[in-house]
Amino acid sequence: MRGAVTSWLLAAPLALVLAVFLVVPLFVLVVVSFYDYDSVRLIPDFVFTNYIEVFGSMVTWRTYAKTFSFAATVWVITLLIGFWIAYYLAFVIEGTGKRTLLFLICTIPFWTSNLIRMIAWVPFLGRNGLLNRALVGSGAIDQPLEFLLFSDFAVILAFVHLYTLFMVVPIFNTMMRIDRRLIEAAVDAGAGFWRVLWHVILPLCKPGIAIGSIFVIVLVMGDFATVRLMSGGQSASVGLMISNQISLLQYPAAAANAVVLLAVVLMMVAAILRVVDIRKEL
Amino acid sequence: MPGRLGRMLLTVLFVAFVLFLYGPTLTIIVLSFQGENGGLTFPMNGVSVHWFGRLFEQQAVGDFGASISRSLLLAAMVTATTVVVSLAAGMAFRRRFPGSAWLFYLTIASLILPSLLVGLGIGLAFNRAEIDTNWWSSAFGAQLTWTLPFGLLIMLAVFNRFDRAWEEAARDLGASPWKSFWHVVLPIVAPSVIGIALFGFTLSFDEFARTLLTAGVDNTLPLEILGMTTTVTTPVLYALGTASTALSFAVIGVALLALWRAKARREAR
Repeated sequence: MRGAVTSWLLAAPLALVLAVFLVVPLFVLVVVSFYDYDSVRLIPDFVFTNYIEVFGSMVTWRTYAKTFSFAATVWVITLLIGFWIAYYLAFVIEGTGKRTLLFLICTIPFWTSNLIRMIAWVPFLGRNGLLNRALVGSGAIDQPLEFLLFSDFAVILAFVHLYTLFMVVPIFNTMMRIDRRLIEAAVDAGAGFWRVLWHVILPLCKPGIAIGSIFVIVLVMGDFATVRLMSGGQSASVGLMISNQISLLQYPAAAANAVVLLAVVLMMVAAILRVVDIRKEL
Repeated sequence: MPGRLGRMLLTVLFVAFVLFLYGPTLTIIVLSFQGENGGLTFPMNGVSVHWFGRLFEQQAVGDFGASISRSLLLAAMVTATTVVVSLAAGMAFRRRFPGSAWLFYLTIASLILPSLLVGLGIGLAFNRAEIDTNWWSSAFGAQLTWTLPFGLLIMLAVFNRFDRAWEEAARDLGASPWKSFWHVVLPIVAPSVIGIALFGFTLSFDEFARTLLTAGVDNTLPLEILGMTTTVTTPVLYALGTASTALSFAVIGVALLALWRAKARREAR
C-alpha cells in the first residue's frame, strides 16, 4: 500500500497538469458546443443548432473531403519515402557511428520552427522562384508555372517536408530491433530481396508504420497553419475552417466543429490500432 | 539485402531527402542577408545585415525583442517543469499502481489530439472561468500538454532498460529511498534527462498551434512570425527566421557542449 501511495504522489503532478489543461478544457469544449451565441457573446444553453449547422452544411462535407484527400496523399508519400529512408539507415548503412550520424542529420531540421520551414519554400516555389527560373532557363517551359506556390501542390509538399521524419523515426526504431538472423535465415532459405522485404521485414515493421501513420494523419487532419500559409487561403481544411470561426468569435460553432473533428480523429486512430497491435512498442 | 544497384538508388534517395530537408532553410538563411533593395527571392541584390537591423526597430515588425525574451522565458519554464514532472512520473510508472493505465492513455491522448482543439478548449475554459489568458499561465499549461507526453515516453524507454540491481545494492548498504534516487538513479538517467530538457526547450520555443488561442495579449516569437507571414513582404521575415533558428541552435549547442564536458570530466576521474 505504501508503494501505491508513493507512486500516486510521484504521478500526481502529471495527472494534475493533464486534468487542468486537457480534461477540463475538453469538457468545456463539449459544453460550449451546445451553447447559443450572437455576435457579441456566448449564451449558455443546450441547443443542437451548432451541430445541425455542421452536418447540414455542404461546406463541412466538402472541407472534410478535402482534408481526407490531403491526409491520404501525405500519408502515402511520407510512408513511401519514410520507409525507404529508414530501410537505408537500418540495413544499408553499416557501422553504428555512421548510422547515428546520418540519423542525426535527418533529425536536426526538427529543431527549427515549422513556420520557418514553411516560409522557406517561398523563394523556391514563387513565380520568380528558383524552380521556375531553373525550368525557364533550361528551356523546359516558356512561362513560369503558377501552380507551384499557393496551391494544393504547395500544401502537400510542405506537409511531406514537415512530417516525413515522424514516419522515419518509428519505422527505423522497429527495423533496428529486427533480429538480423531472421533475415539471414530467409536469405539462406533462398528468398530474394523482395520476398525478404515482404515476408520478413514488413510484417515486423508494422508497429512502427502504425505509430508513424498515427502521427502523420493526426497532424494533417488537425492542421490549420500549413494549409492557410501554403495555399494562400485558396484551399480549405477542417482545422482552417475552425480557426476561421474562432476569428469570427463564433466559439460555439467552432466548438461543435472541434468535437466532430475530435471524434473523427479518434476513430481514425482506433481503426489503425485495430489493424496493428502497437502495445509491444510502448 | 539489396544488390549494388539497389544500394546506389537508396543512397541517391537519401541524399535527395537530405537536400530536400535542408535546402529551403539554407536558402532563407542566405536570403536574410539580402541587400537593402533586395526582394523575397533571388537574385541577391548585394549583401547586408540591413534586415537584421530592422528587426529591432519597433514599428517595422512588431515587438521582436519582447516576444523573443518572452519565448525564451516560457521555454525555460516549460523545460524545467517538463523535466521534473516527467522524471517523477517516470519513477511512478516503474511499477503498476491503481489508475496507471488510465494516466498513460490520457498522456498519449494529450500527444495525439489536434493542437488547435487543445488550445481552443483551454481558451474557452479560461474564458468560462473568467480568468485572463496569459503566456505564463494558460499558454504555459497548453505547452505542457505537448511536452510532457514526449518527456514521459522518453522516461518509460529509459526505465525499461534500467538495471535495478544498482538501486538494490544502494538500499542494502543502508541508503534511504531519497539517497538512492539522488546518488544512484539520477546519475544513471542523467543523459536522458538532458535529452528531455532539449526536447522540451525546442518543442516549446517553436510551438504555435496550442499557444495561439491561449497566449492572451502578448505574443510569443512563433506567434509573431505567424502574424508576419500574412503582412510582411520583405526579407525581414527571413531575418527573423534566421535569428530564431540561430537562437535555438545556440541553446542546444551549449547544452550538448555542457553534457560532453561533464562526460569527459567524469571519465577523466
